[in-house]
Amino acid sequence: MSPTRISGLMLRYIYLLRSSWPRMMEIIFWPTMQLVTWGFISKHLISEAPLYQKAPSLLITAVILWDVLFRSHINFALSFLEEIWSRNLGNLFVSPLRPYELIASITLISILRTLIGVIPACLIALPLFNFNILGLGAPLILYFLALVIFGWCTGILIVAMLVRHGIAAESLAWLTIFLLAPIMAIYYPVDVLPPILQNIAYSLPPAHIFEGMRALFLEKTFHAQNLINAFALDLLYYALACLAFHVSYTSARKQGLLLNTSE
Amino acid sequence: MTDKAAVVEVKELTKKFGDFTAVDNLTFDLKPHCTTALLGSNGAGKTTTISMLLGLLLPTTGSIHIFGEDLLRHRFKILPRVNMSSPYIDLPQRLTVRENLKVYAKLYEVKDAKSRIEQLTEDLELKELLNKQLRKLSAGQKTRVSLAKALINEPELLLLDEPTASLDPDTATWIRDYLYRYQQRRNTAILLASHNMLEVHRMCQQVFIMTHGKIVERGTPEELITRHNKTDLEQTFLKIVRNANRQD
Repeated sequence: MSPTRISGLMLRYIYLLRSSWPRMMEIIFWPTMQLVTWGFISKHLISEAPLYQKAPSLLITAVILWDVLFRSHINFALSFLEEIWSRNLGNLFVSPLRPYELIASITLISILRTLIGVIPACLIALPLFNFNILGLGAPLILYFLALVIFGWCTGILIVAMLVRHGIAAESLAWLTIFLLAPIMAIYYPVDVLPPILQNIAYSLPPAHIFEGMRALFLEKTFHAQNLINAFALDLLYYALACLAFHVSYTSARKQGLLLNTSE
Repeated sequence: MTDKAAVVEVKELTKKFGDFTAVDNLTFDLKPHCTTALLGSNGAGKTTTISMLLGLLLPTTGSIHIFGEDLLRHRFKILPRVNMSSPYIDLPQRLTVRENLKVYAKLYEVKDAKSRIEQLTEDLELKELLNKQLRKLSAGQKTRVSLAKALINEPELLLLDEPTASLDPDTATWIRDYLYRYQQRRNTAILLASHNMLEVHRMCQQVFIMTHGKIVERGTPEELITRHNKTDLEQTFLKIVRNANRQD
Protein backbone atom coordinates (compact mmCIF):
# COMPACT_ATOMS: atom_id res chain seq x y z
CA MET A 1 0.00 0.00 0.00
CA SER A 2 1.43 3.37 -0.99
CA PRO A 3 0.73 6.39 1.25
CA THR A 4 1.92 8.59 -1.65
CA ARG A 5 -0.69 7.24 -4.04
CA ILE A 6 -3.42 7.40 -1.37
CA SER A 7 -2.51 10.97 -0.48
CA GLY A 8 -2.34 11.81 -4.21
CA LEU A 9 -5.95 10.81 -4.69
CA MET A 10 -6.98 12.57 -1.47
CA LEU A 11 -5.32 15.71 -2.82
CA ARG A 12 -7.55 15.48 -5.89
CA TYR A 13 -10.70 15.62 -3.71
CA ILE A 14 -9.33 18.37 -1.47
CA TYR A 15 -8.49 20.53 -4.50
CA LEU A 16 -12.02 19.95 -5.79
CA LEU A 17 -13.62 21.02 -2.50
CA ARG A 18 -11.36 24.04 -2.36
CA SER A 19 -12.33 25.13 -5.85
CA SER A 20 -16.08 24.66 -5.52
CA TRP A 21 -17.93 26.71 -2.92
CA PRO A 22 -21.29 25.06 -3.75
CA ARG A 23 -19.83 21.68 -2.82
CA MET A 24 -18.41 23.09 0.41
CA MET A 25 -21.70 24.84 1.18
CA GLU A 26 -23.65 21.65 0.58
CA ILE A 27 -21.48 19.69 3.02
CA ILE A 28 -22.12 22.24 5.79
CA PHE A 29 -25.69 23.22 4.88
CA TRP A 30 -27.62 19.98 5.24
CA PRO A 31 -26.35 18.86 8.68
CA THR A 32 -26.90 22.40 9.99
CA MET A 33 -30.42 22.65 8.55
CA GLN A 34 -31.31 19.23 9.93
CA LEU A 35 -30.04 20.20 13.34
CA VAL A 36 -31.84 23.54 13.41
CA THR A 37 -35.13 21.98 12.26
CA TRP A 38 -35.02 19.13 14.71
CA GLY A 39 -33.72 21.39 17.43
CA PHE A 40 -36.90 23.45 17.20
CA ILE A 41 -39.05 20.33 17.04
CA SER A 42 -37.28 19.08 20.11
CA LYS A 43 -37.86 22.39 21.91
CA HIS A 44 -41.57 22.10 21.17
CA LEU A 45 -41.74 18.46 22.27
CA ILE A 46 -39.97 19.23 25.54
CA SER A 47 -42.89 21.43 26.53
CA GLU A 48 -45.45 18.81 25.45
CA ALA A 49 -44.07 15.35 26.15
CA PRO A 50 -42.82 14.02 29.53
CA LEU A 51 -40.36 11.70 27.81
CA TYR A 52 -38.50 14.54 26.18
CA GLN A 53 -38.54 16.59 29.38
CA LYS A 54 -36.63 13.71 30.93
CA ALA A 55 -34.10 13.74 28.09
CA PRO A 56 -34.24 17.08 26.32
CA SER A 57 -31.18 16.41 24.22
CA LEU A 58 -32.35 13.03 22.96
CA LEU A 59 -33.74 14.16 19.62
CA ILE A 60 -30.88 16.49 18.76
CA THR A 61 -28.34 13.78 19.58
CA ALA A 62 -30.24 11.34 17.36
CA VAL A 63 -30.22 13.91 14.55
CA ILE A 64 -26.49 14.46 14.85
CA LEU A 65 -25.66 10.76 14.97
CA TRP A 66 -27.96 10.04 12.03
CA ASP A 67 -26.23 12.79 10.11
CA VAL A 68 -22.82 11.29 10.91
CA LEU A 69 -24.01 8.00 9.43
CA PHE A 70 -25.66 9.62 6.42
CA ARG A 71 -22.66 11.86 5.69
CA SER A 72 -20.23 8.98 6.04
CA HIS A 73 -22.25 7.00 3.48
CA ILE A 74 -23.01 9.74 0.98
CA ASN A 75 -19.54 11.31 1.08
CA PHE A 76 -18.10 7.93 0.22
CA ALA A 77 -20.41 7.54 -2.76
CA LEU A 78 -20.01 11.18 -3.84
CA SER A 79 -16.23 10.99 -4.07
CA PHE A 80 -16.51 8.08 -6.50
CA LEU A 81 -19.35 9.77 -8.36
CA GLU A 82 -17.11 12.82 -8.86
CA GLU A 83 -14.79 10.57 -10.89
CA ILE A 84 -17.65 9.31 -13.03
CA TRP A 85 -19.08 12.80 -13.56
CA SER A 86 -15.67 14.17 -14.51
CA ARG A 87 -14.93 11.14 -16.78
CA ASN A 88 -11.64 10.71 -14.93
CA LEU A 89 -12.14 7.09 -13.86
CA GLY A 90 -10.17 5.69 -16.80
CA ASN A 91 -7.13 7.76 -15.83
CA LEU A 92 -7.28 6.38 -12.29
CA PHE A 93 -7.66 2.75 -13.36
CA VAL A 94 -4.68 2.87 -15.74
CA SER A 95 -2.48 4.43 -13.06
CA PRO A 96 -0.60 2.31 -10.47
CA LEU A 97 -3.36 3.09 -7.93
CA ARG A 98 -4.61 -0.22 -6.53
CA PRO A 99 -8.36 -0.72 -6.01
CA TYR A 100 -7.87 -1.00 -2.23
CA GLU A 101 -5.90 2.27 -2.29
CA LEU A 102 -8.83 3.90 -4.09
CA ILE A 103 -11.11 2.67 -1.28
CA ALA A 104 -8.62 3.84 1.38
CA SER A 105 -8.44 7.35 -0.17
CA ILE A 106 -12.19 7.66 -0.42
CA THR A 107 -12.55 6.41 3.18
CA LEU A 108 -10.18 9.08 4.51
CA ILE A 109 -11.84 11.82 2.47
CA SER A 110 -15.24 10.63 3.71
CA ILE A 111 -14.05 11.20 7.31
CA LEU A 112 -12.82 14.68 6.42
CA ARG A 113 -16.07 15.62 4.68
CA THR A 114 -18.15 14.20 7.54
CA LEU A 115 -16.23 16.27 10.09
CA ILE A 116 -16.56 19.41 7.93
CA GLY A 117 -20.32 18.82 7.84
CA VAL A 118 -21.03 17.78 11.40
CA ILE A 119 -18.75 20.04 13.46
CA PRO A 120 -20.40 23.35 12.42
CA ALA A 121 -23.81 21.82 13.18
CA CYS A 122 -22.62 20.81 16.66
CA LEU A 123 -21.18 24.30 17.23
CA ILE A 124 -24.47 25.94 16.24
CA ALA A 125 -26.38 23.65 18.61
CA LEU A 126 -24.49 25.06 21.58
CA PRO A 127 -25.78 28.66 21.58
CA LEU A 128 -29.09 27.89 19.83
CA PHE A 129 -30.31 24.97 21.93
CA ASN A 130 -27.86 24.93 24.82
CA PHE A 131 -26.79 21.50 23.62
CA ASN A 132 -23.25 20.17 23.96
CA ILE A 133 -22.64 16.92 22.04
CA LEU A 134 -19.56 16.29 24.17
CA GLY A 135 -21.91 15.81 27.12
CA LEU A 136 -22.33 12.23 25.88
CA GLY A 137 -18.84 11.57 27.14
CA ALA A 138 -16.49 8.83 26.01
CA PRO A 139 -19.23 6.67 24.45
CA LEU A 140 -19.75 9.42 21.86
CA ILE A 141 -16.47 8.63 20.11
CA LEU A 142 -17.35 4.94 19.92
CA TYR A 143 -20.90 5.62 18.68
CA PHE A 144 -19.45 7.98 16.09
CA LEU A 145 -16.91 5.38 14.95
CA ALA A 146 -19.41 2.53 14.71
CA LEU A 147 -21.79 4.65 12.62
CA VAL A 148 -19.00 5.95 10.37
CA ILE A 149 -17.82 2.40 9.69
CA PHE A 150 -21.35 1.33 8.73
CA GLY A 151 -21.52 4.36 6.44
CA TRP A 152 -18.34 3.11 4.79
CA CYS A 153 -19.92 -0.35 4.36
CA THR A 154 -22.94 1.02 2.53
CA GLY A 155 -20.66 3.45 0.66
CA ILE A 156 -18.40 0.64 -0.58
CA LEU A 157 -21.50 -1.26 -1.70
CA ILE A 158 -22.62 1.76 -3.70
CA VAL A 159 -19.16 2.11 -5.27
CA ALA A 160 -19.35 -1.59 -6.21
CA MET A 161 -22.72 -0.93 -7.91
CA LEU A 162 -21.32 2.13 -9.71
CA VAL A 163 -18.29 0.21 -10.99
CA ARG A 164 -20.54 -2.54 -12.29
CA HIS A 165 -23.51 -0.51 -13.56
CA GLY A 166 -22.06 2.94 -14.12
CA ILE A 167 -23.99 6.17 -13.70
CA ALA A 168 -27.28 4.23 -13.95
CA ALA A 169 -26.69 3.23 -10.31
CA GLU A 170 -26.31 6.84 -9.15
CA SER A 171 -29.75 7.02 -7.57
CA LEU A 172 -28.86 4.06 -5.34
CA ALA A 173 -26.26 6.28 -3.69
CA TRP A 174 -29.10 8.44 -2.35
CA LEU A 175 -31.80 5.82 -1.88
CA THR A 176 -29.96 3.06 -0.01
CA ILE A 177 -29.39 4.72 3.33
CA PHE A 178 -32.89 6.25 3.38
CA LEU A 179 -34.34 2.81 2.62
CA LEU A 180 -32.67 1.49 5.77
CA ALA A 181 -33.42 4.56 7.93
CA PRO A 182 -36.91 3.54 9.16
CA ILE A 183 -35.57 0.26 10.57
CA MET A 184 -32.46 1.78 12.11
CA ALA A 185 -34.65 3.11 14.98
CA ILE A 186 -33.06 6.55 14.87
CA TYR A 187 -35.84 8.57 16.54
CA TYR A 188 -37.81 5.79 18.25
CA PRO A 189 -37.05 2.53 20.07
CA VAL A 190 -36.77 -0.71 18.12
CA ASP A 191 -39.83 -2.13 19.87
CA VAL A 192 -41.99 0.44 18.04
CA LEU A 193 -41.40 -1.63 14.89
CA PRO A 194 -43.41 -4.79 14.02
CA PRO A 195 -41.67 -7.97 15.31
CA ILE A 196 -40.36 -9.05 11.91
CA LEU A 197 -38.76 -5.64 11.35
CA GLN A 198 -37.30 -5.69 14.86
CA ASN A 199 -35.22 -8.72 13.86
CA ILE A 200 -34.02 -6.95 10.75
CA ALA A 201 -33.27 -3.80 12.77
CA TYR A 202 -31.05 -5.73 15.16
CA SER A 203 -29.09 -7.08 12.19
CA LEU A 204 -27.97 -3.49 11.49
CA PRO A 205 -25.28 -1.76 13.60
CA PRO A 206 -27.08 1.63 13.79
CA ALA A 207 -30.09 0.16 15.66
CA HIS A 208 -27.74 -0.99 18.44
CA ILE A 209 -26.10 2.44 18.54
CA PHE A 210 -29.36 4.37 18.77
CA GLU A 211 -30.73 1.99 21.41
CA GLY A 212 -27.52 2.50 23.36
CA MET A 213 -27.84 6.27 22.99
CA ARG A 214 -31.43 6.18 24.32
CA ALA A 215 -30.38 4.03 27.29
CA LEU A 216 -27.63 6.55 28.08
CA PHE A 217 -30.09 9.45 28.10
CA LEU A 218 -33.16 7.83 29.67
CA GLU A 219 -31.67 5.26 32.07
CA LYS A 220 -28.31 7.05 32.54
CA THR A 221 -26.75 3.65 31.79
CA PHE A 222 -24.06 2.75 29.29
CA HIS A 223 -24.69 -0.69 27.77
CA ALA A 224 -21.39 -1.93 26.36
CA GLN A 225 -23.15 -4.85 24.67
CA ASN A 226 -24.81 -2.46 22.22
CA LEU A 227 -21.40 -1.23 21.09
CA ILE A 228 -19.95 -4.75 20.90
CA ASN A 229 -22.88 -5.86 18.75
CA ALA A 230 -22.54 -2.80 16.51
CA PHE A 231 -18.80 -3.25 15.94
CA ALA A 232 -19.15 -6.99 15.34
CA LEU A 233 -21.80 -6.35 12.71
CA ASP A 234 -19.70 -3.55 11.23
CA LEU A 235 -16.82 -5.99 10.78
CA LEU A 236 -19.06 -8.50 9.06
CA TYR A 237 -20.64 -5.93 6.74
CA TYR A 238 -17.26 -4.38 5.95
CA ALA A 239 -15.91 -7.77 4.85
CA LEU A 240 -19.04 -8.39 2.75
CA ALA A 241 -18.85 -4.93 1.17
CA CYS A 242 -15.18 -5.40 0.24
CA LEU A 243 -16.05 -8.78 -1.27
CA ALA A 244 -18.88 -7.18 -3.27
CA PHE A 245 -16.45 -4.52 -4.53
CA HIS A 246 -13.92 -7.16 -5.57
CA VAL A 247 -16.58 -9.15 -7.45
CA SER A 248 -17.89 -6.00 -9.17
CA TYR A 249 -14.44 -4.77 -10.12
CA THR A 250 -13.46 -8.14 -11.61
CA SER A 251 -16.75 -8.36 -13.49
CA ALA A 252 -16.29 -4.82 -14.81
CA ARG A 253 -12.80 -5.72 -16.07
CA LYS A 254 -14.15 -8.83 -17.81
CA GLN A 255 -16.90 -6.85 -19.51
CA GLY A 256 -14.92 -3.73 -20.33
CA LEU A 257 -17.01 -1.46 -18.13
CA LEU A 258 -14.19 0.49 -16.49
CA LEU A 259 -13.84 2.81 -19.46
CA ASN A 260 -17.55 3.18 -20.03
CA THR A 261 -19.40 4.21 -16.90
CA SER A 262 -22.12 6.14 -18.67
CA GLU A 263 -25.70 4.81 -18.83
CA MET B 1 13.76 -1.18 -37.54
CA THR B 2 16.61 -2.53 -35.44
CA ASP B 3 16.27 -5.88 -33.79
CA LYS B 4 15.62 -4.90 -30.18
CA ALA B 5 13.78 -6.86 -27.46
CA ALA B 6 10.09 -6.12 -27.65
CA VAL B 7 8.52 -3.84 -25.07
CA VAL B 8 5.13 -5.46 -25.66
CA GLU B 9 4.56 -9.04 -26.79
CA VAL B 10 1.01 -10.01 -27.61
CA LYS B 11 0.30 -13.66 -28.45
CA GLU B 12 -3.00 -15.01 -29.76
CA LEU B 13 -5.01 -12.38 -27.95
CA THR B 14 -8.76 -12.89 -28.15
CA LYS B 15 -11.67 -11.10 -26.52
CA LYS B 16 -15.23 -12.35 -26.76
CA PHE B 17 -18.34 -10.69 -25.39
CA GLY B 18 -20.83 -13.54 -25.38
CA ASP B 19 -21.05 -14.72 -29.01
CA PHE B 20 -19.38 -11.62 -30.39
CA THR B 21 -15.62 -11.73 -31.01
CA ALA B 22 -14.24 -8.23 -30.65
CA VAL B 23 -10.58 -9.18 -30.96
CA ASP B 24 -9.60 -12.36 -32.75
CA ASN B 25 -6.27 -14.08 -32.21
CA LEU B 26 -3.99 -11.03 -32.37
CA THR B 27 -0.25 -11.53 -32.31
CA PHE B 28 2.15 -8.61 -32.51
CA ASP B 29 5.16 -6.93 -30.88
CA LEU B 30 5.90 -3.33 -30.03
CA LYS B 31 9.56 -2.43 -30.01
CA PRO B 32 11.29 0.43 -28.16
CA HIS B 33 12.00 3.60 -30.12
CA CYS B 34 9.18 2.68 -32.50
CA THR B 35 5.79 4.30 -33.09
CA THR B 36 3.15 1.82 -34.17
CA ALA B 37 -0.25 2.75 -35.52
CA LEU B 38 -3.33 0.68 -34.93
CA LEU B 39 -5.72 1.52 -37.75
CA GLY B 40 -9.21 0.31 -38.41
CA SER B 41 -12.77 1.38 -39.01
CA ASN B 42 -15.05 2.06 -36.07
CA GLY B 43 -15.75 -1.23 -34.34
CA ALA B 44 -12.63 -2.93 -35.72
CA GLY B 45 -11.33 -3.70 -32.22
CA LYS B 46 -8.74 -0.95 -31.66
CA THR B 47 -10.14 0.37 -28.36
CA THR B 48 -10.70 -3.19 -27.11
CA THR B 49 -7.07 -4.02 -27.91
CA ILE B 50 -5.76 -0.88 -26.20
CA SER B 51 -7.98 -1.55 -23.17
CA MET B 52 -6.48 -5.01 -22.82
CA LEU B 53 -2.94 -3.60 -23.11
CA LEU B 54 -3.77 -1.23 -20.24
CA GLY B 55 -5.22 -4.00 -18.07
CA LEU B 56 -8.68 -2.40 -18.08
CA LEU B 57 -10.17 -5.35 -19.90
CA LEU B 58 -9.43 -9.01 -19.26
CA PRO B 59 -8.75 -11.07 -22.38
CA THR B 60 -10.73 -14.23 -23.06
CA THR B 61 -7.60 -16.07 -24.17
CA GLY B 62 -4.04 -15.22 -25.13
CA SER B 63 -1.20 -13.45 -23.37
CA ILE B 64 0.25 -9.98 -23.04
CA HIS B 65 3.79 -9.42 -21.80
CA ILE B 66 5.04 -5.91 -21.18
CA PHE B 67 8.68 -5.32 -20.22
CA GLY B 68 8.95 -9.11 -20.02
CA GLU B 69 6.23 -9.37 -17.33
CA ASP B 70 2.83 -11.04 -17.66
CA LEU B 71 0.29 -8.22 -17.61
CA LEU B 72 -2.44 -10.36 -16.06
CA ARG B 73 -0.28 -11.34 -13.08
CA HIS B 74 1.99 -8.31 -12.65
CA ARG B 75 -0.15 -5.40 -13.79
CA PHE B 76 0.84 -3.07 -10.96
CA LYS B 77 4.51 -3.74 -11.55
CA ILE B 78 4.09 -2.65 -15.18
CA LEU B 79 1.73 0.33 -14.87
CA PRO B 80 4.28 2.76 -13.31
CA ARG B 81 6.19 2.56 -16.64
CA VAL B 82 3.14 3.02 -18.87
CA ASN B 83 0.79 5.90 -19.51
CA MET B 84 -1.95 6.90 -21.92
CA SER B 85 -3.98 9.75 -23.32
CA SER B 86 -7.43 9.61 -24.86
CA PRO B 87 -9.99 12.25 -25.83
CA TYR B 88 -12.68 9.99 -24.31
CA ILE B 89 -11.20 10.25 -20.81
CA ASP B 90 -10.95 13.67 -19.17
CA LEU B 91 -8.89 15.03 -16.34
CA PRO B 92 -10.87 16.65 -13.50
CA GLN B 93 -12.07 19.89 -15.06
CA ARG B 94 -12.41 21.85 -11.81
CA LEU B 95 -8.80 21.31 -10.88
CA THR B 96 -6.13 23.61 -12.24
CA VAL B 97 -3.39 22.37 -14.54
CA ARG B 98 -0.90 22.44 -11.69
CA GLU B 99 -3.25 20.56 -9.34
CA ASN B 100 -3.94 17.87 -11.91
CA LEU B 101 -0.25 17.31 -12.56
CA LYS B 102 0.51 17.22 -8.83
CA VAL B 103 -2.18 14.59 -8.25
CA TYR B 104 -0.92 12.38 -11.06
CA ALA B 105 2.71 12.87 -10.05
CA LYS B 106 1.72 11.37 -6.69
CA LEU B 107 -0.32 8.57 -8.23
CA TYR B 108 2.72 7.57 -10.29
CA GLU B 109 5.08 8.22 -7.34
CA VAL B 110 7.22 10.48 -9.49
CA LYS B 111 10.49 11.35 -7.78
CA ASP B 112 11.13 15.08 -7.59
CA ALA B 113 7.64 15.83 -8.86
CA LYS B 114 8.13 19.60 -8.68
CA SER B 115 11.06 19.52 -11.14
CA ARG B 116 9.24 17.09 -13.40
CA ILE B 117 6.17 19.32 -13.56
CA GLU B 118 8.38 22.35 -14.23
CA GLN B 119 10.12 20.49 -17.05
CA LEU B 120 6.86 19.37 -18.63
CA THR B 121 5.39 22.83 -18.25
CA GLU B 122 8.40 24.25 -20.08
CA ASP B 123 8.37 21.59 -22.82
CA LEU B 124 4.64 21.76 -23.50
CA GLU B 125 4.35 25.56 -23.07
CA LEU B 126 1.92 25.31 -20.16
CA LYS B 127 3.48 27.95 -17.88
CA GLU B 128 0.76 30.52 -18.38
CA LEU B 129 -1.96 27.93 -17.90
CA LEU B 130 -0.73 26.38 -14.65
CA ASN B 131 -3.21 28.16 -12.39
CA LYS B 132 -6.17 27.92 -14.73
CA GLN B 133 -8.92 25.36 -14.25
CA LEU B 134 -9.02 22.78 -17.03
CA ARG B 135 -12.61 23.64 -17.93
CA LYS B 136 -11.47 27.13 -18.94
CA LEU B 137 -8.94 25.89 -21.49
CA SER B 138 -9.36 25.43 -25.24
CA ALA B 139 -9.35 21.98 -26.87
CA GLY B 140 -5.73 22.38 -27.94
CA GLN B 141 -4.64 23.49 -24.49
CA LYS B 142 -6.50 20.56 -22.88
CA THR B 143 -4.74 18.17 -25.24
CA ARG B 144 -1.35 19.53 -24.15
CA VAL B 145 -2.32 19.10 -20.50
CA SER B 146 -3.52 15.56 -21.19
CA LEU B 147 -0.19 14.86 -22.85
CA ALA B 148 1.65 16.32 -19.86
CA LYS B 149 -0.26 13.92 -17.62
CA ALA B 150 0.56 11.05 -20.00
CA LEU B 151 4.26 11.92 -19.75
CA ILE B 152 4.41 12.71 -16.02
CA ASN B 153 6.07 9.38 -15.20
CA GLU B 154 8.36 9.40 -18.30
CA PRO B 155 6.68 6.22 -19.58
CA GLU B 156 8.54 3.64 -21.58
CA LEU B 157 5.27 2.61 -23.21
CA LEU B 158 2.85 5.31 -24.29
CA LEU B 159 -0.63 4.58 -25.64
CA LEU B 160 -2.26 7.44 -27.50
CA ASP B 161 -5.83 7.33 -28.71
CA GLU B 162 -6.44 10.03 -31.30
CA PRO B 163 -3.76 12.37 -29.90
CA THR B 164 -4.49 15.20 -32.32
CA ALA B 165 -8.24 14.79 -32.77
CA SER B 166 -10.09 18.13 -33.09
CA LEU B 167 -6.84 20.11 -33.10
CA ASP B 168 -5.90 22.76 -35.62
CA PRO B 169 -3.08 21.78 -38.00
CA ASP B 170 -0.55 24.03 -36.27
CA THR B 171 -1.16 22.53 -32.81
CA ALA B 172 -1.34 19.01 -34.26
CA THR B 173 2.06 19.42 -35.93
CA TRP B 174 3.47 20.84 -32.72
CA ILE B 175 2.22 17.79 -30.74
CA ARG B 176 3.63 15.34 -33.29
CA ASP B 177 7.04 17.03 -33.27
CA TYR B 178 7.07 16.99 -29.48
CA LEU B 179 6.25 13.28 -29.36
CA TYR B 180 8.99 12.56 -31.86
CA ARG B 181 11.58 14.41 -29.76
CA TYR B 182 10.34 12.67 -26.60
CA GLN B 183 10.67 9.28 -28.22
CA GLN B 184 14.18 10.02 -29.46
CA ARG B 185 15.18 11.03 -25.96
CA ARG B 186 13.50 8.20 -24.02
CA ASN B 187 13.49 5.25 -26.42
CA THR B 188 9.77 4.93 -25.74
CA ALA B 189 7.47 2.56 -27.61
CA ILE B 190 4.36 4.41 -28.74
CA LEU B 191 1.11 2.81 -29.81
CA LEU B 192 -1.15 5.20 -31.65
CA ALA B 193 -4.79 4.73 -32.59
CA SER B 194 -5.77 7.29 -35.16
CA HIS B 195 -8.01 7.97 -38.14
CA ASN B 196 -5.60 10.57 -39.47
CA MET B 197 -3.62 8.77 -42.18
CA LEU B 198 -1.28 11.68 -42.82
CA GLU B 199 -0.37 11.73 -39.16
CA VAL B 200 0.19 7.97 -39.18
CA HIS B 201 2.41 8.21 -42.25
CA ARG B 202 4.49 10.96 -40.69
CA MET B 203 4.85 9.45 -37.22
CA CYS B 204 4.82 5.68 -37.54
CA GLN B 205 7.42 3.10 -38.39
CA GLN B 206 4.92 0.25 -38.14
CA VAL B 207 1.25 0.03 -39.03
CA PHE B 208 -1.30 -2.64 -38.13
CA ILE B 209 -4.62 -2.50 -39.95
CA MET B 210 -7.53 -4.17 -38.14
CA THR B 211 -10.90 -5.25 -39.40
CA HIS B 212 -13.43 -7.35 -37.51
CA GLY B 213 -11.00 -7.90 -34.65
CA LYS B 214 -8.13 -9.21 -36.76
CA ILE B 215 -4.91 -7.66 -38.02
CA VAL B 216 -5.30 -8.05 -41.77
CA GLU B 217 -2.20 -6.12 -42.83
CA ARG B 218 1.01 -4.99 -41.23
CA GLY B 219 4.18 -3.21 -42.34
CA THR B 220 5.76 0.22 -42.64
CA PRO B 221 3.58 2.87 -44.31
CA GLU B 222 5.73 2.72 -47.45
CA GLU B 223 5.58 -1.09 -47.61
CA LEU B 224 1.80 -1.06 -47.38
CA ILE B 225 1.43 1.66 -50.03
CA THR B 226 3.77 -0.19 -52.45
CA ARG B 227 2.22 -3.58 -51.75
CA HIS B 228 -1.23 -2.34 -52.66
CA ASN B 229 -0.18 -0.12 -55.57
CA LYS B 230 -1.55 3.05 -54.06
CA THR B 231 -0.17 6.58 -53.70
CA ASP B 232 -1.00 7.28 -50.09
CA LEU B 233 -1.89 5.49 -46.87
CA GLU B 234 -5.53 6.58 -46.89
CA GLN B 235 -6.17 4.93 -50.28
CA THR B 236 -4.26 1.85 -49.09
CA PHE B 237 -6.34 1.68 -45.91
CA LEU B 238 -9.64 2.02 -47.79
CA LYS B 239 -8.65 -0.73 -50.25
CA ILE B 240 -7.65 -3.12 -47.47
CA VAL B 241 -10.73 -2.48 -45.35
CA ARG B 242 -13.16 -2.68 -48.27
CA ASN B 243 -11.57 -5.92 -49.50
CA ALA B 244 -11.83 -7.39 -46.02
CA ASN B 245 -15.50 -6.38 -45.77
CA ARG B 246 -16.25 -7.98 -49.16
CA GLN B 247 -14.61 -11.25 -48.15
CA ASP B 248 -16.77 -11.35 -45.02
